[in-house]
Order: sequence, then structure tokens, then C-alpha cells
Amino acid sequence: MYWDECRSHDEALARLRKVLAEGHVAAEIEVIRVQSDAEAVGLKFTGSPTILVDGRDIQQPQNTHYGLACRAYRLEDGRISPLPSEAMIRRAIKRNS
Amino acid sequence: MANLKIGDKAIDFTLTGTDDVKHSFNDYPNKHRVVIFSCNHCPYVRAWEDRMVAIQTDYVSKRVQLIAVNSNDAIKYPEDSFENMKVRAKEKHFNFPYLLDGDQKIARLYGAQRTPEAFLFDEQSALRYHGAIDDNYDDPRAVRRQYLRDAIDAVLSGSKPPIAETQPVGCTVKWKTA
Repeated sequence: MYWDECRSHDEALARLRKVLAEGHVAAEIEVIRVQSDAEAVGLKFTGSPTILVDGRDIQQPQNTHYGLACRAYRLEDGRISPLPSEAMIRRAIKRNS
Repeated sequence: MANLKIGDKAIDFTLTGTDDVKHSFNDYPNKHRVVIFSCNHCPYVRAWEDRMVAIQTDYVSKRVQLIAVNSNDAIKYPEDSFENMKVRAKEKHFNFPYLLDGDQKIARLYGAQRTPEAFLFDEQSALRYHGAIDDNYDDPRAVRRQYLRDAIDAVLSGSKPPIAETQPVGCTVKWKTA
């Protein structure tokens, strides 16, 4: 799920595709564009980009405020990034496979 | 696009900082000043914060002063409140003033669009660089172009920045709605 104003969603999608391809995981990717706060609330969208694997977020959101915002991911080394790492996506897929 | 063009004079401001002291652009005469529109909640800002602190550390002896300004609507984005700005400034050991632009006037005057968005002014208060801090928000080790540092170095050596303007990358400034 993404919001247009956060530019990292293209790269996040590319990382997801790469991890799926590397792991030979046959998965259907549904891309949802979130355009309003009302939609965000309905989708329980805490920020862009959000990746759900079988409905489960790849990282527990740092806040549970639903709305149009850019998402902060805490990386393995403690840094904050607007992008999930490939390792994070890989772990989430493994967890759900 | 920003309202200020390369070569334009800075617009002075007086805003309250997280130290509860009023700071003005003109408090730092004879210094090169970097005004960075910033905030608390934006992950792009958070990704770049340590680099902002490092830039101030590295250039403090060269008469370069960073000034961070938060203009976001804190009603809609409570993480950007003045109280939370104080927490962030302390937590991240900000070595530059972090100011509240509560009525968003300064962001509008500068034409800031994103956080973070940097404006580098020389000692004569002329705009010399505007845009992103560098070319990689995600990974500081993968930065290939240090836009702001390169511009500061150029200005300090009396030359023109190699790149005077880049597209700021980050969250949009969160404007108040009427």
C-alpha cells in the first residue's frame, strides 16, 4: 500500500519483487494506492510504503495512527529509513511460507 | 519550486527554539547559514538527522551555522508538536537551533515544499545552494553525491557550488487547512 507523496514506494516494490524472485516465491502482488485519510483508516494504513505478507505487516508499525503519512522503518542496525530492508522483507516472507 | 532563487537574499525570521530562546537568521552575522526545513515525524528527516548533526560538527569551526525549522501542522501530525521537538532535539543531541514556525509563515516565504529541504546562504546572506542534503536517504554509506557538503566546501573556498540546486526529497510540508 502506498501514498503518492512518499517517493520510496517504487523502490520498496522493487525490493519486494527482487526478494520474491531470489527466493523463487510465486506470489501475487496487489498494489493499493491510498488517497485519503478515510481510506487509510479503512485499510489500517499507518504510512507509505506498507507491505503486508498474507495480511501481516512486515514490521510492527511504530505507531497505530491511521492516515496519509510516510512510514518509518527501523533497520537492523538501528537506523530509521523510509524503506524496508530486503532482509526485513525476506524474513517476513519466510515467516509466512 | 522554492520562492528563493539562487543569488537571492535570505529572508530574516525570528522563531522560538527548543531551548525556549528566540533565534533569528541575522543572529549569525558573518557566518554561512544553512536553513533546513525539518520536522519530527518524517522518516526521511529521521534518516538524515545524524548527517545534519555531523555536518554541523564538521563545519562549526568554519563559521557554518545550521538552523532547522519545523513548519508542520502539529494538530494533524502531533509528533511534530513543540514538546516533541524538544524531546527529539535532546534525544538526537542537536547541535544547532531547532525552531518552531507555528504559523508556517517562514516556510511559505521561502517556498519550502519538503522536509528535509536545505537552503545554504553565504556570509552575505545570498542563496548559494538549495535542495537535498545528499543523494541517498536510505543509506549514508551509499551516498555518491554530497550536495550540501560540496556546496559548503565550494562557498568556503570562494567558488561556485558544483551543483547549485537539486530536487528536495522527503515528506511534503504539512500545511494547515483553513
